[in-house]
Amino acid sequence: MTELSLPLDAEAIRALHSGDSVLLSGPLVTGRDAAHERFARAVEGGERLPFDPAGETLYFVGPTPARPGHAIGAAGPTTASRMDAWSPLLVERGLRGMIGKGRRSETVKESMLEHGCVYFGAIEGTAALLSQCITASEVIAYEDLGAEAVRRLEVRDFPALVVNDLHGGDLYRDGPARWRRAPS
Amino acid sequence: MREIAVDDVADTVRKLCVEANHELRGDHVEALQRARDRERSPIGQEVLDRLLANAEVSARERIAFCQDTGYAVCFLEIGQDVHFTGGSLAAALDRGVAEGYREGYLRASLVRSPVDRVNTGDNTPAMVHYDLVEGDGVRLTLLVKGAGCDNMSALRMLTPAAGVAGMRKFVVETIEAAGPSASPPVTVGIGMGGTFDRAAVLAKKALTREPTGSPSPDPKLAELEAELVDAIDATGIGPAGFGGTVTTVAVHVEAYPTHIAAFPVAINLDCHSHRVRTVTL
Repeated sequence: MTELSLPLDAEAIRALHSGDSVLLSGPLVTGRDAAHERFARAVEGGERLPFDPAGETLYFVGPTPARPGHAIGAAGPTTASRMDAWSPLLVERGLRGMIGKGRRSETVKESMLEHGCVYFGAIEGTAALLSQCITASEVIAYEDLGAEAVRRLEVRDFPALVVNDLHGGDLYRDGPARWRRAPS
Repeated sequence: MREIAVDDVADTVRKLCVEANHELRGDHVEALQRARDRERSPIGQEVLDRLLANAEVSARERIAFCQDTGYAVCFLEIGQDVHFTGGSLAAALDRGVAEGYREGYLRASLVRSPVDRVNTGDNTPAMVHYDLVEGDGVRLTLLVKGAGCDNMSALRMLTPAAGVAGMRKFVVETIEAAGPSASPPVTVGIGMGGTFDRAAVLAKKALTREPTGSPSPDPKLAELEAELVDAIDATGIGPAGFGGTVTTVAVHVEAYPTHIAAFPVAINLDCHSHRVRTVTL
């Protein structure tokens, strides 16, 4: 288990390999479908993004409402491929980490290798457990989007696996290939 | 004739929404435990351990076990001797969903139109299927359906020549294409036969079979289910798609009469966060 501080260090992520278990601690931002559409519109219109992607880690999540006294509600990852069309815009601007679930497109993977961004898989369906690793949450943009608003989170020992490393490894390709068998 | 107040229906739906999202059904926990027993990949074992731990935390903390608290799909089997009183049944179902989602701190995940995508704010409307049956009872099943796995579902109009072999191939292709996105180990609902639309509804309804993994009463279908579990597990996709020996906890197949020229097959996938509750009113 590798402990990693956020924001991610460019050198530290070079040492990661697909299949590694990590615990992330520090600040990150959230965004999913509707927010990404607005990121793209902002870039197109020459406007500022609600956060500087350089060195940042982005978590694809739309949490449930927080109970009183809690930082956040259930907060597991959503399917990352829906963000594929937009991710390169952020990766090209220095995004260093993404957390989600599910495979990424070839275009996104190439962009991550070129610009130095790692993709982590969190375990969907562990949203209650992951919620306990989030110590603070604040909406920083697009509040009108509700669950899809962009948040700044503070996480502590947030568990994830390295899916796409900086060496061409891909756990979603290599893991199943290892366990594949002929039907009996 | 039996009278049932729609307010009672609303109240039932409210309770079911909260319960289904906070507590993983006992038989599904057992299905995940069996999956843990037969999983050989260390990462896969770790995933299943965390899913089981997550179910305990969510029930204790009264928090949703998955943040995608989904569509509220209602199957209603209504006895023809029932008379609903006190207003609109459809409105009562929506009221129950809205109240349950508010009370349970569940996420409002529906937009009013696929085009303008404005959130309805209370997770309505419920997605309702009505069946009229004999008698004076009402059977209500709530299926809370996440989009991640629903998005990976598929329907194909096969030919009779393609037959069961074609159907098996289609199932494996669908599972392979879904990979990690359907959040395995999945429950697979398959509707065979009927028309284009009938097959899709059957597939969704197949997911509600209880307990998870119980075989079809039709021996031929039960045999097919067991074969499909093996074929799906053979893909090696594994828990959360990280690779492993268990990709599905259950395949439920439902069949219906169809046309001499047709073999409709619908495959509806449900993630490991399986949320189904059935009550009789």
